[in-house]
Amino acid sequence: MKQRSSTFLYSVLSFGFAFLYLPIFVLMAYSFNDSRLATVWGGFSTRWYRALLENQQILDAALLSLNIAAVSATLATILGTLAGLALNRMGRYRGRTLFTGMIAAPLVMPEVITGLSLLLLFVSLQELIGWPSSRGANTITIAHITFSMAYVAVIVQSRLASMDRSLEEAAMDLGGRPFAVTMDITLPLILPAMASGWLLAFTLSLDDLVIASFTAGAGANTLPMVIYSKVRLGVTPEVNALATLIIAVVSMGVLLAGWNMLRQQRAAVEPRSGAT
Amino acid sequence: MNPGSNPGKRDRLWRSSVIGLPYAWLLLFFLAPFAIVFKISFADPIMAQPPFTPLIDWGAESGRRLLATLDNYRFLLEDKLYWLSYLKSIKIAAISTFLCLLLGFPMAYAIARMPQPWRNLLLLLVVLPFWTSFLLRVYAWIVMLGKQGLINQLLIQLGIIDAPLQMLYTDGAIYVGIVYTYVPFMILPLYATLEKLDLDLHEAAADLGARPSQVFRDITVPMAIPGIIAGCLLVFIPALGEFVIPALLGAMDSLMIGRTLYDEFFINQDWPLASAVAVVMLFILVVPIMLFQRLQQESQV
Repeated sequence: MKQRSSTFLYSVLSFGFAFLYLPIFVLMAYSFNDSRLATVWGGFSTRWYRALLENQQILDAALLSLNIAAVSATLATILGTLAGLALNRMGRYRGRTLFTGMIAAPLVMPEVITGLSLLLLFVSLQELIGWPSSRGANTITIAHITFSMAYVAVIVQSRLASMDRSLEEAAMDLGGRPFAVTMDITLPLILPAMASGWLLAFTLSLDDLVIASFTAGAGANTLPMVIYSKVRLGVTPEVNALATLIIAVVSMGVLLAGWNMLRQQRAAVEPRSGAT
Repeated sequence: MNPGSNPGKRDRLWRSSVIGLPYAWLLLFFLAPFAIVFKISFADPIMAQPPFTPLIDWGAESGRRLLATLDNYRFLLEDKLYWLSYLKSIKIAAISTFLCLLLGFPMAYAIARMPQPWRNLLLLLVVLPFWTSFLLRVYAWIVMLGKQGLINQLLIQLGIIDAPLQMLYTDGAIYVGIVYTYVPFMILPLYATLEKLDLDLHEAAADLGARPSQVFRDITVPMAIPGIIAGCLLVFIPALGEFVIPALLGAMDSLMIGRTLYDEFFINQDWPLASAVAVVMLFILVVPIMLFQRLQQESQV
């Protein structure tokens, strides 16, 4: 009986992970394919990587996207951390239910709705007060801050919820002002959560196609917008190469972060178990 | 230290900025936009910049005149295209959610049953694709499913089929795309509930003579209900309005509502009608979104 159930577990996992990873590996393999017929194997080659590096349109778009992602992730982390504190350390206040709702809703809101509504806001504001005078990187950044701060808030909030409050309470009892206590005690403790929030916000911004398409106006073309216009017509070898680079960099980062986390967990567990 | 200000005042200032700053941002950039969408859905489209009429005509001779119109909603009701888009989106989102559950539940269960160092590694492997590009992962299926794609080539090489099958640009491809990109959202909440499941309960049930299938049905599944609900909502709500997957993997004429809205806005330039499409979509999603918020709030206590 035991044997049969563990065979079942292993086959479930093998099938599931094959489904999740096979398409990615196939895509990466084809990026080294010499043939222009993107799905027929024509020998090993790095020509699509060279073509990618010479494609000014893609490089410009990548630079713009990185720029927007860095700015929006930073501002989203600040606002999202404040929101996390407001959800978990500020007790009761008027409008708290609405606030919780506005934090949870962007997590599931279909992108077309968020994109359309933000664009209509920008157009209306322009009519009313003349700002924003044009749409481009600035409006995309505002849109990205809005949906990614909700993710940061949820991450920070759950860290705050699981955290021992005794340090903060002790500091308060000793006469620490709320601002100083937050800065000196709470912030250092939630720094890892803020860092993962920043990374998530950065990734979400870098990846967004729909909301950027609505809020971009005519001026700005982000990387996903350029990729979309290329792959809408079918397989594009340069995009295979780009995908391989992105996936390699991201996987390395995530695996390093995960490995680091595991090591810290182990380091945190061992001395305690040694002491008892 | 600023000598002039008293500490109580500064404490209040700190408190009101912690709450006020994100609150104001979300009111302006999240809530207000919905009010504007709602407003514009009652306007008439015109050839101008912006391409819709104001709702109130201030310049009319007999004072103000209300120009709001229900034409957009009437149009949505009368034109079969929109009805079919909504119904098709609900159908595709519901079936994909079910397929995600079908794949996600056994995977979450299997991960939760693994010994500890493996669990974290496997979870990392579940979320890893999420950190890479969503758009590129959808694109990967164009490479897999195309006429010259890997699957067709494999099937031909094996002699199972003679001519390539039309797999790309079908509803089947949309299902594969949604399940592929959204299944991590199903696995994570399921894992969170299954991990906490007490194995003693299983053993007790087994000792009392329950068959494994009974244990699964009467203990495992009921205890995983919160995870099942959370996972289903996390898949169903965004899948309903999905644009990228049907646009890249679906047939030209297979319109899901997210794509209809996008086309109405960008190709037909009919902003009021697009707004009405969005309002009706939100109306459909109100119940699942409220449910999701309830779950979020409960998890915050």
